[in-house]
Formats: sequence, C-alpha cells, structure tokens
Amino acid sequence: MFPEYDVIVVGAGHAGCEAAAAAANMGSKVLLVTMNMQTIAQMSCNPAMGGIAKGQIVREIDALGGYSGIVSDKSMIQFRMLNKSKGPGMWSPRTQNDRMLFAATWREMLEATSNVDFWQDMVKELIVSRGTIQGVVTGMGQEIRAKSVVLTNGTFLNGVIHIGEKQFGGGRIGEKGASGITEQLVELGFESARLKTGTPPRIDGRSLDYTKMEKQEGDEEIVGFSYLPVERIKPQEQRACWITYTSQEVHDILKTGFEQSPMYQGRIKGSGPRYCPSIEDKINRFADRDRHQLFVEPEGWNTVEIYVNGFSTSLPEDVQYKALKMVPGFENCRFFRPGYAIEYDYFPPTQLKFTLETKEIRNLFFAGQINGTTGYEEAACQGLMAGINAHRNAHEQEPFVLQRSDAYIGVLIDDLINKGTDEPYRMFTSRAEFRTLLRQDNADMRLTPMSYEMGLASEERMELVRKKMDEVEQIKKTLADFSVEPAAANEYLSSKDSSPLVERSRALKLLLRPNIDLKELCAEIPELKAAIGDVHIHSLEQAEIQAKYDVYIEKERELVKKMASLEDLMIPDSFNYDKLTALSMEARQKLNKIRPNTLGQASRISGVNPSDVQILMVYMGR
Amino acid sequence: MFSINETIVALATPPGEGAIGVIRLSGKDAITIADKIFKGKKLANQATHTLHFGKIVDAEQQNRIVDEVVASLYKGPKSYTGEDIVEISCHGSDYVLQQVIGLCLREGAQMAKPGEFTQRAFLNGKMDLTQAEAVADLIASQSSAAHQAAMHNLRGGFSHELKMMRDQLINFSALIELELDFSQEDVEFADRSQLYALLNDAIEKVAALIQSFHLGNAIKNGIKVAIIGKPNAGKSTLLNALLNEERAIVSDIAGTTRDTIEETLNINGVVFRLIDTAGIREHTSDAIESIGVERSKKAMQEADVVVYLFDVTENSLTDIEEQIMKFESNNIHYILAGNKVDTLGLDITKEKFALLQQMLFISAKDKENIHQLKQTLYDRVVAGELKQEGTIITNARHLAALKDVLFSLNDIRNGMDNSLPGDLIALDIRKCLFHLGTITGEVQVDRDILGAIFGKFCIGK
Repeated sequence: MFPEYDVIVVGAGHAGCEAAAAAANMGSKVLLVTMNMQTIAQMSCNPAMGGIAKGQIVREIDALGGYSGIVSDKSMIQFRMLNKSKGPGMWSPRTQNDRMLFAATWREMLEATSNVDFWQDMVKELIVSRGTIQGVVTGMGQEIRAKSVVLTNGTFLNGVIHIGEKQFGGGRIGEKGASGITEQLVELGFESARLKTGTPPRIDGRSLDYTKMEKQEGDEEIVGFSYLPVERIKPQEQRACWITYTSQEVHDILKTGFEQSPMYQGRIKGSGPRYCPSIEDKINRFADRDRHQLFVEPEGWNTVEIYVNGFSTSLPEDVQYKALKMVPGFENCRFFRPGYAIEYDYFPPTQLKFTLETKEIRNLFFAGQINGTTGYEEAACQGLMAGINAHRNAHEQEPFVLQRSDAYIGVLIDDLINKGTDEPYRMFTSRAEFRTLLRQDNADMRLTPMSYEMGLASEERMELVRKKMDEVEQIKKTLADFSVEPAAANEYLSSKDSSPLVERSRALKLLLRPNIDLKELCAEIPELKAAIGDVHIHSLEQAEIQAKYDVYIEKERELVKKMASLEDLMIPDSFNYDKLTALSMEARQKLNKIRPNTLGQASRISGVNPSDVQILMVYMGR
Repeated sequence: MFSINETIVALATPPGEGAIGVIRLSGKDAITIADKIFKGKKLANQATHTLHFGKIVDAEQQNRIVDEVVASLYKGPKSYTGEDIVEISCHGSDYVLQQVIGLCLREGAQMAKPGEFTQRAFLNGKMDLTQAEAVADLIASQSSAAHQAAMHNLRGGFSHELKMMRDQLINFSALIELELDFSQEDVEFADRSQLYALLNDAIEKVAALIQSFHLGNAIKNGIKVAIIGKPNAGKSTLLNALLNEERAIVSDIAGTTRDTIEETLNINGVVFRLIDTAGIREHTSDAIESIGVERSKKAMQEADVVVYLFDVTENSLTDIEEQIMKFESNNIHYILAGNKVDTLGLDITKEKFALLQQMLFISAKDKENIHQLKQTLYDRVVAGELKQEGTIITNARHLAALKDVLFSLNDIRNGMDNSLPGDLIALDIRKCLFHLGTITGEVQVDRDILGAIFGKFCIGK
C-alpha cells in the first residue's frame, strides 16, 4: 500500500516538519510519519519563537526556504525586536504565538506542499541492510521503503515524565513515548545517553489578577521573520505579556517539596540545561536571591490558557500549586496542568557528519532533540538541513553544508558534531565568532542565493534578494557621492548632540556618527531622499547598517580569514590516526571518533590541542 | 595559528655566538620584505639561486647600517619550502641577528613557529610521505623540546600570569556577553567603571610584560654595564681589575681611552657585558676624543646599569649629588663607586661622603673591594631594582603576541570611551583572547565564557 519514498521523516515536530517540507520542495517524494496527526508542530514548551540568537536562526531558515518564519509570522500575537540598543548583530526578532494557530498553519502549509504524504503510527524499527537505511517498520508492522530516513523523535525516545514522586512513560504529557528505536540503534553500534528538560504549569488566565503585574507590550513596528511579504497582524492588535515575581515565601513553600523532588532524589539521571533551570534549581543554586522573575504569557487569541515562563518545575503538583498561589496576581490561580520534567534518549551528535547523516548508517539522518539540542529554532534548522541532505543523498548529489562563517546554522552543526554536548544545547550569539556578519537583517543575502541555486528557495525569494542587493549598492553609492550642505543638516545634527558641519560633507561620513539615522537624515534633506529614490525600507536599513558598521564588519572578516586558513586543508577520509604516535592518545581517540574533514575542524575538537594540529599538518601534505 | 598567506622568518642556524648566523625568510612576500631592509642589488630583479652582497639598514633610523651580509635568493617553487625564500647570512652576533629579525617582523613577516618551514615544505609538496614521516618525528620532538624550553623560559610564572590574564579577560567578556545574550534576564549588569578598572589592570599588566622583554633579553644576551666617570677616574683600571687582566690601555694622561671597549664578565652565572668608556668631559678640544665622548653618552643611555666611578680625592660631595640627580632624572640605574680610597684613606673618605647611601669604596689599583662591586652588580640584577615585579619575557614570539594583545586591549578601551555597543567591544575582546591564545594554545573561548556566566548569574526563565 506504500510506494517507495525518497525520504521518510519520522516525527512531525519543528525538525520533522522542516525536513519534510525541504525534501519535498526540492522534488523528493516524502512520507511524514507521526504518532498523532493532531499534534503536528506542537509548541511543547513556551508559545514563542525567536529571541536572542534564535531569532537569527528563524530568519536563516526562512532565507533558505523553510517554513518556520512564515508560520511564526502568521500566528504571532506579539512581536518584539530584542537588543535594539546593541549593535545590529545583536538585534533579535521574537514573537509570542498562538499555539493552536501555529500548529494549524504548519499543517496547512504541509498539506499544500505537493509530494508530502502523511501516515499516523509509531515507527518501531528501522530497516537496515549492509550499513544503509532501507526504510522503517511501523507499530502495525508495515514495512515502508525509502532511500533516506530522517529521525526527529524529540523527547519521545523512552521518554519518562516526572512530577514529584510520580513517574510514568510518555513523550509529552498525555502522549505515549516511543520505544524500540534506541535499543536497535545501540545494537547497531550507536552510543546513546539521557538528557532532561522541564516545563512550567499551565494556568487558567481567568483566575489571574493582572493589576498586580507589570505589563509588557509588543513593539510599535512589526518586522517579523519572513523575507517574503506575509500578512501579519497590526501593531495595535498585539497581546501583552505580564511580569511578576516569586518571593521568599514562595521559595520556602517550594523547599518543602525538595524531599520528593526527582532531581534531588537522584531519580533523574540526565543533565538539564544550565540556562533553563527549574525554579527549584534556581532557589537552590542562587540561595541569596529573594525573588525570581516570572513571565506570564498568553497561549493564543482565543484561549485563556497561560504559560508561566520561569516556573519550570518537577516538584509535586500540590507544592507547585501552593507556591504559585503566593505569587502576586496568582492568589486565586487555577491549574490546567502541572509542570513536569521529562527525561529522554539522545545520541551524542559526534556520531554525525556535517550533513547530519549518521556516520554509522548511510542515508540515515538525525535532527532536533535526538541530537541533544533544545529549542524549536535549533530543531527546525537541523530538520531543514537534514531534509535538504536526505534529498540530495537520495538523488546522489553533493552534500550541502553551511560554514561557521555562513550562518548560525553552520555554527550549531559544527559545534554539535565536533564538540558534542552533555547538556541540552541552545544557541547563543556568543557561540558564533562571526556574529557581526551573521545578522538577522542579511540572512537572505547570505543564504537565499545558495538555496536558490540548489533548487529550494523559490524564484520569488531570489528576485526579492536580487532587488535588495541592487538597491543596497545603489543607496551606498548615492551616500558616498552625495554632498550635504552645512545649512541643510546642522539643525538636525545639533538636535542629535552632534557637532555641526563647517563645510560640505559626504552623506556617508555623516552616517558614521553615532545617533545619526538615515531615515531621519532623508526626512531632513529632501534632496538626499530624492537622490536615493523609491527603495524598499529593508534596502535602506541594510545599506545603513553596512555603511555604519563597515569597519567592524571588515575587522570580523579579517578574523574570519585568519581562522579560516585551516578550513581549506582537507583531511582524506581514509586518514590513519593510529599510525601517528606523535599525537597524544586522547587526540588520536577523538580524531578517530569524529574523523574531521578539515584541519580547521580538527582544531576545534575538544581534546585535540594545537601541537596535535601541527603534527597533523606535517603528515597530511597535499 | 598556521597560515600559508603569511611570510615567516626565523634564525636558521643555532642560537648563540658564531662566525655567521643565517636568517631565513619564506613566503610570498619574502623578497619584498628583504628588499626593504637589504641595500644592494634589488633582489626582486635577480635570478633565482644567486648570492648578493649588501647591507642591512634600518630605514627608520636614517638607514643605520645593522650589518654587512650576503643574501641568498631562492624563488619558489624551487626552494626548500616551495615558496620564495631569502636567506640572509649575517655576522653571528645575537644582537645583530635579533636586529635583523626585528626589521623583518617590522616589515610584515611573522615569527616562524617550530618546524613551520618544514610544514610549509610538506604542504607545498616538496617532500613525499616517507620523508615527511622522518621529518615529522623530528618536528614532534622539536616542538616538545621547544615546549619544554618555553616552560623553562617562563620565569616567575609567565604561564600563571597569562592564565590569570586570560581568566580576567574571560570574566570581562562574560560581563559583556551577559548583556548581549541575556539582556532579557533579571540579572544585574556590571557597571562600566567596574569593567574599566578590570581593563586598565589588564593593560597595565601586558604593558609591564612587554617592558620586561628588554630586561628578559638582557638576561639572555648579557647585562650591559657602562663604566662612566670623568677622565682619569680610573675606569680602565677598574675594568682590568674586574676582568683580572690588562685589557684597556692604562696611563696617567686623561683621555687615554678613545673608544669603548667591551668585555664579558660572568658573575655567579649571569653574564655582564662591561663597556669601558672614554671619560665624560663636556668640552674637549680634541676631535677624536669628542667622538669618544659621544659614544660614552650613548653607551650610558643603552646600558642596563651604569657604574659611576669617581675620584674621591678630586670630587666633592656636591659634585656627586649633582651627578646622582642627572642619573635619576634620566631613569638610569647606577652604582656609585668612589675610587682611589687608598690615596685619601678609608676613614676620611667615609666621613666625606657620609651622606651618600649605598656608595662603594674601592681602590681599583689595589683591587680593594672589587668583589663587593661584583656582588652589588649581581644583586641589582637578580634581586635588586633591575628585577621587575613578577614576570620577565624572553621570547620574541611572545613579545609579538603580547603587542597584539595590548593593541586589542587599547581598542577595547577606545570602544568603551566611545560608548560602542557591547557586541562590538566583544569583537575586540575576542581578538585579544585570540592573540593571547597563540601563546597559551587555548583558542576556543565560548565555552569558558558561557561557563563563567552560568556559574555566576541566575539565568533562565
């Protein structure tokens, strides 16, 4: 009853959906297998997309032709550009989303994508022959054949949920976990380990007193994620979020539950993320703090459900309840469901190639939490890359790999496969050494041409980028040529605390001054506006950023070049590290395990030190 | 980090005094760089595998001649490394060789790392695998030996100091990054004055390390000691007494020594280079002598320490105090030695100069108290004022890296002065850590920075 597929994607979360869409849009015949078609693209944790470093990733996904940006834009209930006071590399878009609308939009978009079939069942086994994946076996026992398989199992593999002393199997609360796959993969030679993550309680919004909380509004301008013209809400339609705080009393009540805490009792073995600790972790580790901030986030337009960001916990539900009632605004709160911790299997990602294909089994790909990451954005971009490469493998094309200097996605995958991770991996801008280059405003210019060339990004996208690039060049040229008369600019300059001009100056030079804004300058000097002409607002902004930050961008480029010289030196696949007794034992083991493609990659592996790299260099030759 | 774009330079012969020393330049700019410092035929226009006589000159010092040399020209790919190579055969003085390498560095060459010429040779396909394996064994042993040597060189805990500085910078970086990656968190951000203090501290430390190179080099190559004094104070006699041999021409006629004379003296294992000078008289009618006087002044300026010798019978306390003022206002380390104590008598001398602390009473002629002078010299260097607080660096590559570190630190400070956003300041911090990493080998920093943040601040909603 099944044809042979090019690509089977197992799991329909953020990673799985992107993988299916990408492979299908490139022309693969795709089957998306999920345990429950009602929970496609669930936001299992907070109802938000983007944020610092993550917002950049969503824009990169969009620039490559993924769907996450469009879906987020269509389902947003609030938009904020974070870090606007910092340099442009730091600007990070973030949306608050309607959870149900988000999932529905994803499903609609997938259904509108030709080449994507759906099947609802668990996958209990992989079909592997001679080191190559052949397909999957479903819970009902059907064998479905495919050239490539992408596993995006999220927290479902042997998932165990903990609430106080209760514990039960499951992939999300109220949903069954999946078993069989880990065991089979371990038998095939994979290494697996446990991680944990947690989520806060969901509350009935009708029971809250918002007058006791601080209001947090959205921005006055909605930028969004997608570079395509997507219909977005109007700024005045946005929903507000709210801020409140825990107190010493809250902490005291929480402490009464510590004895039953699965964390402190050692029932949870997996390590959780340090940057997303549970509330009990926070009061334990930072005992001197008498309060912690809580963000009260609405789950959508038409629901009263509330997400209490900052109150992730696995303490007994009655302790959660008693403690939360002491928080200002929560005195009469009613729970929809308690917070919980979940433990799940992951496969340390050093077992992967740059394409996210496993080293062990040909044409088998992993993406998302199965690789030890956390976050919708991190998962989605891996799904996209795995989907692209699953398609390319199925059609015997060259792999598609992004470098650290190309995209946050490149940083993420490079970190994962070289350094591995022993806590859920989340992206930070500080992980990207080239973050002045990897901005949210230029992801399209960085990535769309690559994606278009391999047949994923649409003609429409490419045309927008071409136009933007042309306009930016033209604006930059105008700025370099245009002379500003002192009389025309001095009033504006003094209003900005900038010293007045004594002679004519190029517009570009004025722009280099702090506080001087191109839009305002155009408003002040109509001739400049006329010379620039009718251009897209994004082009104007892009030209301004490039002009203003040119020095820093160049500086970073230089650093990129300095560090990249090792990236060009390829290490042959068959390289025999054991023969190199000059290498330290640890370096030999790590190199054998990871088998880096280039010397640059080798130099980033933990345990391989600079003297090892030098020795390698000498051995390699050309 | 290795880069095939850079032109590298290093001493190709063993360090130390020898008849000749060969400096090798390799890379795409080797010939251009050589032409900037080599006065003779323009090397770029010469055929490969040819030798050229000429002078190495310092363009920044009115073309001062550093040495007369022979330059050997090998154009790539027919060379040891496969790149353009210039080998400069100099006279084998450490001083000259250091100067020439310094000029190459100034013109854009990078200090070669151990085995780097061979690495390039290998990367440029000049060797096959069996040859390379043999060389690799050699290089592996060299770099571990080099590592050992570096560790020994790290006097007074250089590595410790760098580690502290790295920790400090990581800490600094963490405070900046906190505002970037965690600006939405409910944590207190560092105030700028705190960051500024941290930064100034680091700048001071790096500057001191760079300063210490001069002394470090002095220790490596010998401490320069100038013996200064008026004509006929007995300088040459003292030199002879120190060396225990008749080296300088000794006579009673003032101004006998017309040239500076250099000798080395080993005191408890530390090498001192003694420079006897012509007596300093402000006015002299003798033209030849006046050249000597110029040289004396120069020797005094270049010396690490000056022994000021004076005739206790001829000089008053005021004369000496005036001289002390001059030394101190010019930041010259000095040792006061009153000579001809035998003529005046020890008791009278002591009384006459009672106000001068730390004055030595010697008789060069009778070799009285010469040992005490030696001990004083040694103490000054090993335990006294010449020794700096903390660490001394001796390695030119470390110096180059530290200069880059200092440059980046100043960039960070400029950025803070101009209220640059944190991410742009962080770029300079990264650069700084990168350069520091070229010494310590720790180039990856993101985990350390995030670790510092998670350890200190309560992050996470």
